[in-house]
Amino acid sequence: MFRHELIEKNAILMLVLTLLTVAIGGIVEVVPLFTIETTVEHVKGVRPYSPLEARGRDIYVREGCYTCHSQMIRALRDEVERYGHYSIAAESMYDHPFQWGSKRIGPDLARVGGKYSSDWHYAHLINAQSVVPESLMPHYAFLADTPLETADAVARMKAQRAVGVPYSDEDIANAAADLRTQADPSADNTDLLKRYPKAVTVPGDGKQPTEMDALVAYLQVLGTMVDFADPANEKPRQ
Amino acid sequence: MPTKIEKDSVTGHTTTGHEWDGLKELNRPLPKWWLYTMYATIVWAAVWFVLYPSWPGVNGYFRGTLGYSQRDKVEADVAAVAKQRAGAMDKIAALPFDEIRKDPQLMAMAETAGRITFANNCQPCHGAGGGGNPGYPALAAGNWLWGGTLPEIQQTITYGIRSGDADARNSQMPRFGADGVLKPDEIQQVATYVATLYGKPETGKAVEAGKQIFAENCAVCHGDAGQGNREMGAPKLAARTHLYGDDLAAIVAQVTNPKMGVMPAWHTRLDTATIKSLAIYVHSLGGGE
Repeated sequence: MFRHELIEKNAILMLVLTLLTVAIGGIVEVVPLFTIETTVEHVKGVRPYSPLEARGRDIYVREGCYTCHSQMIRALRDEVERYGHYSIAAESMYDHPFQWGSKRIGPDLARVGGKYSSDWHYAHLINAQSVVPESLMPHYAFLADTPLETADAVARMKAQRAVGVPYSDEDIANAAADLRTQADPSADNTDLLKRYPKAVTVPGDGKQPTEMDALVAYLQVLGTMVDFADPANEKPRQ
Repeated sequence: MPTKIEKDSVTGHTTTGHEWDGLKELNRPLPKWWLYTMYATIVWAAVWFVLYPSWPGVNGYFRGTLGYSQRDKVEADVAAVAKQRAGAMDKIAALPFDEIRKDPQLMAMAETAGRITFANNCQPCHGAGGGGNPGYPALAAGNWLWGGTLPEIQQTITYGIRSGDADARNSQMPRFGADGVLKPDEIQQVATYVATLYGKPETGKAVEAGKQIFAENCAVCHGDAGQGNREMGAPKLAARTHLYGDDLAAIVAQVTNPKMGVMPAWHTRLDTATIKSLAIYVHSLGGGE
């Protein structure tokens, strides 16, 4: 008959069994990550964030938007009817870390891109109650007055590349120009759109992008990369 | 460490030998109900592992013997409810508005679908009940930019305004101040004149000069008396419903460097029947023509 006392009184045996138990737990957690390539489907249209969108995403994280907004439309009928096509893994494959969130004090933002005009986003971020009186969102007016820190855009892109986001050398070389172009409605955005299709130009002043410009550029691309009307994407491989 | 195992005189069980300030612990097995519940959960996990998607492999993952897929499930759920609604929604999509309005059942369906869709998608800009917001037209007011009949509303919702869609409603007001078409004092004069159009009775040289500037620059789109022109989405100025404010400073700002709102095209998000329902709901808010 097995006796627990045996383990308790034999330090070496206890050490060996502890190692064995921890190893099993570790393997169960780690091994699936080795096969992540096979579990994330590749879907047409998903691209890395443009430099301005990426900086907007940083501000989204910094301000803790994820504490009140999720970015995860679950595969449930009521969510699909309200927010649109359920989120697929590929849509956050370049998010480090992902912004799925876990709480909805505000609405889900996974498909907010293009739902409202950029002007609305500015007005709403400056003072949410000015357009939605019943809203309890805090005011982020200071973002419109804060110049965007752009000096480290290249370093940030390189860091993203180090963890697997496929920015090309060309993307990184043009980071500063792309960043300005996307916040300048009068600039020629042909090259920007070639590198980052569907990037939305936000109505900045064309000189110095603000943190608000970056955040709105990020919000406007959320959920728009994959064209679900395209038959090739109709039912992504699961 | 166990020191002294003894028999407890009250219960008759042996102790574990652990002692804390005179308190001793009886050596008793786990309760049976607890132990068997734990074994049951282990068995349950094993069964679940076989039935449902569980274990990743080299080429994909184990899909489970039931073949369950959450995506299939949600698609079936959506299809089921679409089928339930199909009777009414297909008719709303196919029939002209006149026919829909004759059928009270279809109207009830359209107004309900429209109200819910409006709250989700339109209310953030146009306000509850279509009351409007600065920069976002009041839909209940009847002062339409692009027309307030049902087909016109449907057209606006479907393709949007300056949305970038090929069929979007597009118009552009020149930047009279920013591009130097008018001098600042001329803009001041024309703004003073525009303010008189909606009942700020003012006379004098500035108004007369403004009237002249208006006739030369503004009347071609906004109309001789500021009545607006829906062909090109030129707002009616002779009413107190100015989109961007109706005080003098707001008019000057708008003539100098006009703000031009954007409405997204909704056909990428909503189907025809839903857009038509939305048009019927918006039409019913009080401004429909």
